[in-house]
Amino acid sequence: MEFEIPKMSAALPEMFVLGMACLILVIDLFLTDKNRIITYLLAQATLVGAAIASLGYQFGSPEIAFNGSFIRDAMGDTLKVFIYLSVFVVFLYSRSYLQARNLFRGEFFVLGLFGVLGMMIMVSAHSLLTLYLGLELLSLSMYALVAMNRDSSYSSEAAMKYFVLGALASGMLLYGMSMLYGVTGSLELSQISAGVATAGAGNMVLVFGLVFTVVGLAFKLGAVPFHMWVPDVYHGSPTAVTVYIGSAPKIAAFAMVMRLLVDGLEGLQEHWQGMLVILAILSLALGNITAIAQTNIKRMLAYSTIAHVGYLLLGVLSGSDSGYASAMFYTIVYALMSLGGFGMIMLLSRTGFEADRLDDFKGLNERSPWFAFMMLILMFSMAGVPVFLGFWAKLSVLSAVVEAEMVWLAAVAVVFSIIGAFYYLRVVKLMYFDKPEDNTPIDSEFDVRVMLSANSLAILVLGLFPGALMSLCVNAFAL
Amino acid sequence: MNFEQLLFYLFAAALLGSALMVITLRNPVHAALSLVLTFFSGAALWLLLEAEFLAITLVLVYVGAVMVLFLFVVMMLDINLAQLREGFVKLLPVGVVVALLVIGMMVYVVGPGNFGLEKFAEPVGHSADYSNTKELGRVLYTVYVYPFEIAAVILLVAIIAAISLALRKRPQGKRQDPDLQIAVRKKDRLRIVANNPKGQPGSNAGDKK
Repeated sequence: MEFEIPKMSAALPEMFVLGMACLILVIDLFLTDKNRIITYLLAQATLVGAAIASLGYQFGSPEIAFNGSFIRDAMGDTLKVFIYLSVFVVFLYSRSYLQARNLFRGEFFVLGLFGVLGMMIMVSAHSLLTLYLGLELLSLSMYALVAMNRDSSYSSEAAMKYFVLGALASGMLLYGMSMLYGVTGSLELSQISAGVATAGAGNMVLVFGLVFTVVGLAFKLGAVPFHMWVPDVYHGSPTAVTVYIGSAPKIAAFAMVMRLLVDGLEGLQEHWQGMLVILAILSLALGNITAIAQTNIKRMLAYSTIAHVGYLLLGVLSGSDSGYASAMFYTIVYALMSLGGFGMIMLLSRTGFEADRLDDFKGLNERSPWFAFMMLILMFSMAGVPVFLGFWAKLSVLSAVVEAEMVWLAAVAVVFSIIGAFYYLRVVKLMYFDKPEDNTPIDSEFDVRVMLSANSLAILVLGLFPGALMSLCVNAFAL
Repeated sequence: MNFEQLLFYLFAAALLGSALMVITLRNPVHAALSLVLTFFSGAALWLLLEAEFLAITLVLVYVGAVMVLFLFVVMMLDINLAQLREGFVKLLPVGVVVALLVIGMMVYVVGPGNFGLEKFAEPVGHSADYSNTKELGRVLYTVYVYPFEIAAVILLVAIIAAISLALRKRPQGKRQDPDLQIAVRKKDRLRIVANNPKGQPGSNAGDKK
């Protein structure tokens, strides 16, 4: 049997994160609660180090390593850097939140880093096997994180639902993958792509496998009708975990969709396009309409996630490089907005009080004009008001759909986007035109305030100059 | 029908029958034991496919370890069967329709029309000195080293997750502290009281401390 030693250096960031996560796990054992902060600092240093390692590759030509299991290319590198960035911000927001709730434990950061490793593996996967294993690594870390607050029955319920439905989705995905393997005879995505070309798009087993694969992907993305877990999990988890789940894993899920449907099964585009159209329309409709009825802002943002997944799918289903780039742009922008939105909940929360009801945002302008303005930026951006970053994301996705000659679909998306604007603007109305329910001064750490301001201002500034981020996404598909 | 085919149909029937029993039996212990039989039949089928290593691993790991643990859990938990069966009759028609549809579709797609011998030639058998285990080990540590390492990390995360969720200090929990147990001295546990046969009053006062 032929075997050559794989080019290990391609996976340097992965190895670095794995090594550091194991190291932090051991170091954390010897720390007392008083100097637990070292775990936090080491975790942040790991993310910075991984970012340096990944940036070192930028603009290199794609390379496939480990006998076809692994690929690093421009899309992967770009997405990985944004994953590190999101998780860095998540950890920063979470520190004081967790300390105030007696949840500041090493496991949060260790599991968070293992989750990052899972996302990196998904982003760089070039075979069905690594894709699946990366997904399981990420999911397993997330199940444990959701259940982290053992004293809350909401958390336990959310973790249980997430675990059972996640296992079901994995089963679907695996069954679909087994069909793809059965027809093409390979786990490697480029060979599957070649196998699809020989078998032809009409091959029934391939389409059968594709259906199961798309169902599995939709579960993980949280697209309607496979969305039932999203609101409960977002609501039940500690907000520090919600912000983790709501940001970086969406980037990884986008990468998984791209790897499977585009790298592997682009030959079946005529089939998956129709499936994604249905998923996208249902997600847009249900997400935007149900969000209106919510009184809990975590649940509202969960339904808004579902709607955003719909827009993301619009970009993918247009099936062109510009469409993929717009979907990637949308995913990154959504991750940034989601970080800010849940970060704001953590900022307003304090010991023994969770600011997760819409009423808690009443009269924020009187309590803190600055942070009311930051929330205004976030809400306007999520609603897609022009000039803010979210507007450009929606615009690029919609123009990709129009280019693919599905003007009716773009029209449907615009209608639901207008419906969705209602609940985002309602938050703005509550902040500026209602009387506050309690006047307790906002008590939060300096670093959280600075980061949240930077996060929101970034959305404003990038919205004024969206070209740089967009060209980054376009370049990812230029090769 | 040759002997091999007879064995295949025998074990396949046993597998399907016992799998059906897993979900229909009323007693959870019996269901778990049926699952053991399912695994055995599966292992036998793998043996027929010349996948000896997988067959043995299935028996060792699933039958030997996982199912025994599972039986322990089933016996220790007080499962309310009436609650579990609630709504069974109401949901049965929907379930049956969905199951039949899926089965029909699977038979249609995965059947001989698409995976028959004319589509996929019968794999060539190996000679008697061919070691399945050795070949698996070879590819596992060379070609599949990357997925193999990831699988190891997943197991590590499972351990961390399980411990971090299960290990917590309960205020009224009773636990042993080996350090204290070893450091114990005779005088900590045993007090020698002077015996007073004369029965003077107050001599037993020390006992009541």
